[in-house]
Amino acid sequence: MSEDSKPIVVPNPWDKLRRYTPARIALGRAGTSLPTKAHLEFQLAHARARNAVHHELDVSALETSLKARGLAPLVLHSAATNRPMYLQRPDKGRRLDEPSRQGLVKMAHGEGGYDVVFVIGDGLSSFAIEENAAPFLDAILPSLADQKWRLAPLVIVREARVAVGDEVGELLGASMVVVLIGERPGLSSPDSMGIYMTLEPRVGLTDEARNCISNVRREGLRYDLAAHKLLYLMTEARKRGHSGVHLKDEAETPSSALPTGHKSFLIESS
Amino acid sequence: MRYSQSVGSHSYTFDGLRELMAKASPARSGDYLAGVAAGDDEERVAAQMALADVPLKTFLEDHVVPYESDEVTRLIVDEHDARAFQPVAHLTVGAFRDWLLSDAANEKSLAALAPGLTPEMAAAVSKISRIQDLILIAQKCRVVTKFRNTIGLKGRLSTRLQPNHPTDDPTGIAASIVDGLMYGNGDAVIGINPATDSIAAVTTLIEMLNEVIQRYNIPTQSCVLTHVTTSIEAINRRAPIDLVFQSIAGTEAANNSFGVNLSVLKEGFEAAQSLQRGTVGNNAMYFETGQGSALSANAHHAVDQQTLEARAYAVARKYKPLLVNTVVGFIGPEYLYDGRQIIRAGLEDHFCGKLLGVPMGCDICYTNHAEADQNDMDALLTMLAVAGITFIMGIPGSDDIMLNYQTTSFHDALYARKALGLKPSPEFEDWLLSVGIFEKGDALKLADTLPTSFQRALAHLH
Repeated sequence: MSEDSKPIVVPNPWDKLRRYTPARIALGRAGTSLPTKAHLEFQLAHARARNAVHHELDVSALETSLKARGLAPLVLHSAATNRPMYLQRPDKGRRLDEPSRQGLVKMAHGEGGYDVVFVIGDGLSSFAIEENAAPFLDAILPSLADQKWRLAPLVIVREARVAVGDEVGELLGASMVVVLIGERPGLSSPDSMGIYMTLEPRVGLTDEARNCISNVRREGLRYDLAAHKLLYLMTEARKRGHSGVHLKDEAETPSSALPTGHKSFLIESS
Repeated sequence: MRYSQSVGSHSYTFDGLRELMAKASPARSGDYLAGVAAGDDEERVAAQMALADVPLKTFLEDHVVPYESDEVTRLIVDEHDARAFQPVAHLTVGAFRDWLLSDAANEKSLAALAPGLTPEMAAAVSKISRIQDLILIAQKCRVVTKFRNTIGLKGRLSTRLQPNHPTDDPTGIAASIVDGLMYGNGDAVIGINPATDSIAAVTTLIEMLNEVIQRYNIPTQSCVLTHVTTSIEAINRRAPIDLVFQSIAGTEAANNSFGVNLSVLKEGFEAAQSLQRGTVGNNAMYFETGQGSALSANAHHAVDQQTLEARAYAVARKYKPLLVNTVVGFIGPEYLYDGRQIIRAGLEDHFCGKLLGVPMGCDICYTNHAEADQNDMDALLTMLAVAGITFIMGIPGSDDIMLNYQTTSFHDALYARKALGLKPSPEFEDWLLSVGIFEKGDALKLADTLPTSFQRALAHLH
């Protein structure tokens, strides 16, 4: 394309708006279609998100990194034997397979039980776990030690849905379960981790019994902030005797942070 | 009632319309998950053959969800228009498919028939139809609705401009609105899925959209897709709401899981009507649906997901909506596994919606854990555009950064318009030409420069 002829790809004269949103705006156009560059960038983002879904969790690397922190995880498997089954049968991903169940029963704490068990599940993005699980534990575990929480052995579950934590918690006799899990990957966020806390976990609970902290990743919610929120939720759930929709997350954004009265450039008086 | 069908030496029996419909349904993961699908392809075709022989009248007596325990069934049965049904009352499902393909079925006769059809009849005939039938028959249907512009006319394709932002930032949202308008999108609605559902946050967005529409004299309507009860509360507080939104489904129990029932919807409908903010009409509801929602709420009564989806349109049509949108690929692969299943489902939903007289649009979309990609969406977009889809979504670069899924882009809408010679709604088209977004004389040619009014707005930014 020479400088003096009309460009084949027509740029959008509002490209300075790009800095106000992560949305894919001002991509320009070839005719009225997506230019090659923007088209292939999208394809790459989709390929990465697909990889996040289908990439198998590197359990041995995760174990090594956890052991270096003095944690000795148990590695279990859900009843979903492979990824295609996992994707089509969410019910299978919510339960443990038989060997995992038997292994856990042996670990149940006879006297007094555990205050909390942390469960790491691959979920829909192994990248999320590989990137974020260990650094998040670094942010939360010291506070739990200070407050004398009795922790069950750390558990890793492959092909896991959030609710598999209920069965883990129930079999171990833990009073609470915290599940760290790979969230459904977005095109621009393939490595986002979710954290779900449930008091008195048992098989058959639904989402209304849980509290969720979402979008934990380097470009999203910071580990220390997520740990702060989780500690608040854990403490409040224990104090009030319930978790879920009735436990309001008052550690959340204060109402003054809402965009009330904040106008956009489109309607500022000229 | 039992239905049976012999195929060769094998005889299949089906216990009631519910089982017959489920087993006749083209294969999809959600019906396997629910345990209601046919055991194999032969059983499926046997069920389709048996279904083809069922008289349409049977659907008025054999209810897939019991009348006594479900208000959606009661709505369907109690409001059935027997007179409108008359022209096809003597037909079986199979003969009805033939009738729909014949010249007897045209824009006028289909519009007259709509109140005489139940969702189950529409679902049944879709199950024995190929994709080309779903397209050709839907293309004959015309459902026109109005608020500040006219939606659904022949040769028109409208878009919802969906400027979502992960934190509802007004500047970020406005940036996406500019992008969409400059690509000729936004005539169906400018509709935001809010990240925060509080009444204060929702009202802020409603007021902002209202000001943008007024400031630039855009002949379109706004919507913040929040729960109907939140919209009612906002209306009570005098928020300038155009369209009242709600997700709906095909059973009473599934609607309950969304926190609604028919009387709450009626309240929302009446609140929306009372504002009289439309200029050319007063269709003031916006509904979203999608196959699999009843099963995911464990409220499916062992009915297949496509039949339940069609029943949601009976709920929708009661409240004279401006727009109804099947969000086809959002729910995930446990309900629609891959591109093939998503494409078929999108066309079924559009077909059933149009037969029932609903202004049907489609969120042509997929998630990253479904076996689908942009090529599948292009195929579905092209087929739906040929079928006369009322509206599609428009979003920057196909990437919804709030809801984390992919839907059609502003560019995609222009592709469909260009490939098939379709235009936006007439009032919106006039506006695009008058402000200079489209070049005069050619309704599909974008101007190279920004209209003056928008240049001025951008000058506020440094």
